[in-house]
Amino acid sequence: MQILLFGQLADVAGSSVSIEGVSDTESLINALHKKYPGLSDLKYAIAVDKKIISSNQQLTEKSLVALLPPFSGG
Amino acid sequence: MNNSNSYERYHRQLILPKFGEAAQQKLLNARVLVVGAGGLGCPILQYLTAAGVGTIGIVDDDTVQLNNLQRQVLYSVNDLGLPKADRASSILNQLNSEIQILPFNQRLTNENALRLFEEFQIIVDASDNFPTRYLINDSCAFLKKPLVFGAISQYEGQLSIFRNETANDVNYRDLFPQPPKDGEVLSCAEGGVLGVLAGIIGTMMANETIKLITGIGSPLINRLLTFNSLNNQFYELSLSVRPECRSLIPKTAGEFEKRDYEWLCSSQLTNKEIDAGTFNNFIANEQADVIDVREPNELPEVNEFSNMKIPLLTLAGNTSGIKSNTVVTFCQTGKRSIQAVQILDTIFNGSKRIYSLKGGILEWKKQKQ
Repeated sequence: MQILLFGQLADVAGSSVSIEGVSDTESLINALHKKYPGLSDLKYAIAVDKKIISSNQQLTEKSLVALLPPFSGG
Repeated sequence: MNNSNSYERYHRQLILPKFGEAAQQKLLNARVLVVGAGGLGCPILQYLTAAGVGTIGIVDDDTVQLNNLQRQVLYSVNDLGLPKADRASSILNQLNSEIQILPFNQRLTNENALRLFEEFQIIVDASDNFPTRYLINDSCAFLKKPLVFGAISQYEGQLSIFRNETANDVNYRDLFPQPPKDGEVLSCAEGGVLGVLAGIIGTMMANETIKLITGIGSPLINRLLTFNSLNNQFYELSLSVRPECRSLIPKTAGEFEKRDYEWLCSSQLTNKEIDAGTFNNFIANEQADVIDVREPNELPEVNEFSNMKIPLLTLAGNTSGIKSNTVVTFCQTGKRSIQAVQILDTIFNGSKRIYSLKGGILEWKKQKQ
């Protein structure tokens, strides 16, 4: 499973991270927050296979997960 | 196109396949409002002006500062201290005097947004803060007006088009339903931004605006594009409607005008905690609905002032009795009532001022003795 982090999230945990043994987005997020506590203070949207999701979703070894924070700058 | 100058001026795009005189006429007839004449706004305005968008509005209440010049490429040192909307307007006029440029040297608020937006066909969000971004998004969703969105931070940018035409069109709330609180996201002033990144994302926003007006290509409707200037990676995501987020868009102009976007994004949760003195004023003037969010039977009992009893766990489903525009929640020590503020802020979405009694009812009773 590939996990990409954008913006400030990458400053906390790096732009690509790996997490083993999770089967859905909820457990992935829990595991990420445990491994990188700084992430739990930040706001972000979650995409699976390049689609933004709004509820828990099953993941497979082939899933591509992206976490994107909002940007305010202009 | 009735002016021979126009053939000369726009020649290089008139001869483009799929562009031609028809597309140019659409540009000349178009009315575009750009909110923010900063890092994103400057290149957007330059290219829209050069391309011949017939009427361009510029909203900005800021003045030019020395630290703007690194990325806000319309301005020079001669403009320092002068209003951006006015300066941008005269500089752009020299680039193309055949179009109309309307400067609005004022801050966009929920009192002027709907009136202003109604005068334009497309809104471009080049603002630099979340209250304005949510204000623009909600106005456009309410008016069903297309919004070209772009935002930057450090070395990365995002852009999208929220078309707001069909029921399947997404808006910013489908991506980020609620504004972040202070500290959850860095602003450019805090985190910095590469000047050329503003240029890249801004020109891409101008490109999307031109595609939207002329109907050429595939505009970024219901898609979000991100760009990282350090490794040149583009990443495109598809967006879909979150039905539960539709309720976050105001239903009426009146509801919209009552919203306080600064408050919604204000974030110092500490500003939402009030001390016993402020609380006593609220009670004395009967200005606020007071809610006890403790579980039934928790002691001490509170009979000193009238209050509703809605335990925190059931609060989200029991808000119909809350009528005042000011609401104060309390619990034993002031922790659960902070959560109650967050729940009610989400539900009322800026239409009410919601506070938590600091230190809870225990502290209040102690001070009363």
